[in-house]
Amino acid sequence: MPGNFDVQYVARLARIALTPAEEEKFGAQLSQVLGYIEKLNQLDVSGIEPTAHAVPMVNVVRLDEVRASLTNQEALRNAPAKANGLFLVPKIVE
Amino acid sequence: MLNQQTISQLAARLGRREVSAREILADCLKQIERVDGRLHAFLSYDAADALAQAEAADKALAAGTTHRQKPLLGIPVGLKDVIAVRDQPLNCGSKILGSFVSPYSATVVEKLKEAGAVVFGRLNMDEFAMGSSTENSAFGVTRNPWDATRIAGGSSGGSAAAVAAAECIASLGSDTGGSIRQPAALCGCVGFKPTYGRISRYGLVAFASSLDQIGPLAREVRDAATMLGVTSGHDPRDSTSVPAPVPDYGAALEAPIKGLRLGLPKEYMIGGLDAEVNGAVQTAVKQFEKLGAEIVEVSLPHTEYAVATYYIVATAEASANLARFDGIRYGARVDGADPTDLYCKTRGAGFGAEVKRRIILGAYVLSSGYHDAYYLRAQKVRTLIRRDFLDAFEKVDAIVTPTSPTAAFKIGEKADDPLQMYLSDIFTISCNLAGICGLSLPCGFTAHPKLPIGLQILGQPFGEETILRLAHAYEQSTGWHKEKPPEQS
Repeated sequence: MPGNFDVQYVARLARIALTPAEEEKFGAQLSQVLGYIEKLNQLDVSGIEPTAHAVPMVNVVRLDEVRASLTNQEALRNAPAKANGLFLVPKIVE
Repeated sequence: MLNQQTISQLAARLGRREVSAREILADCLKQIERVDGRLHAFLSYDAADALAQAEAADKALAAGTTHRQKPLLGIPVGLKDVIAVRDQPLNCGSKILGSFVSPYSATVVEKLKEAGAVVFGRLNMDEFAMGSSTENSAFGVTRNPWDATRIAGGSSGGSAAAVAAAECIASLGSDTGGSIRQPAALCGCVGFKPTYGRISRYGLVAFASSLDQIGPLAREVRDAATMLGVTSGHDPRDSTSVPAPVPDYGAALEAPIKGLRLGLPKEYMIGGLDAEVNGAVQTAVKQFEKLGAEIVEVSLPHTEYAVATYYIVATAEASANLARFDGIRYGARVDGADPTDLYCKTRGAGFGAEVKRRIILGAYVLSSGYHDAYYLRAQKVRTLIRRDFLDAFEKVDAIVTPTSPTAAFKIGEKADDPLQMYLSDIFTISCNLAGICGLSLPCGFTAHPKLPIGLQILGQPFGEETILRLAHAYEQSTGWHKEKPPEQS
């Protein structure tokens, strides 16, 4: 599988612009890491349940009630672009 | 100098009114000015805010507040730059957060302040806690106080170097695959990774949510126990925090270790383990025998699969967690023709090389057609790794290993070889995959140059008291923790 690793395609999926030099370097480095990861294929995992996380707690819920949270001003405090109490984003619909 | 003392020493002196919180802080700030230009443990600190907290501590002491009520009253504690403090900068060692200022404080920060600590400083780290050397910080490397040509470890390199160089008395770091224990080992201090769920992560910027835990770094085991007690406990704001009572960790130190069974995993005697590190660990094991512990060989048969498992699970989770850094709601933005173009350019410019590599790897192992082959398989191997530990803990009370296969390596030595860097985490990452607790404490030094060696003690889920007890007995019988790096003198 490492042979098929298309760094340009996956970087696009991850929404990261890479320079041609980065593509070449990361492609080689990640192929090496993926080659190492192939190690896991040596193990028989049939019948083994996956572990998503180590503490046996599921569906931790709270009452669906309104609680204090950040004010509009605080939520926008670190926004790179804002106006009228809203985040500004590039035009999405034509 | 007050900055070189421990929490317990300073608490006693503050209680007797021999010293003030302001004097302790002043000595820490003086030390930072003296050594941090070279070491670069701190990214920034707010001296005025710290002084106000120290003055408040002195007032509380004058009004009769005791350290029994507030165990950290007047003690300067530094924070890794991944833990939010209201109205203070938060960068995670990255450029992508721009001039971000936290709108709220992490639960651990509230708890430290309730306990009277003077919480100050942003400590350097590998960008988003991804790394083992702090070379991945966008703001420059942190140097080892024992030898400035070497790394301080990572990702909590700033937290370890600052404690070792006496720039603060204790600190908090975060540990996803060894990021507290490994830098603690390489800088010669105590680092504690609590059981997953022991400490609230509310206000900790997420890297890999099923593995991340906050924990303390300190100059001796007792101080680590104090920090652990203050910061532990259930928090309704973190649904992964466990509603288990918090024991008196300080009292746990006093119990004898005679009769405790210590496991030595046979799979940890690997090639690549430095001879001096191995020697120091073997000597430490003999010391435990002298103290009355029983040594038992145990087997953790899936050890050799831990690094591969970790770099699938952790990167998959990171690729999802770091999707939030998109240039829309906070942080730096690079404008683009449309939203996708903006995301790509912002993330391309804002993230460093290692973070990009890991997000891309994580996106790949989760992508259509590869999910089952990589991510699901890794989760199954994770089950096998966890079972290894739970089986071993049927036979022993704790497990002893080296923390890191070598002492601190040279800056730049592994910077361009991610796989070699990943393999250096071999002894620490299983602990996070299994969700157990672990600590590192000093167990000796290499000869030339003189560099600290760390001993790792791993404990059962919520077995913090047992490993603290073992570590304390060992520490008090050897005194390695009293050795000071040249930067402290």
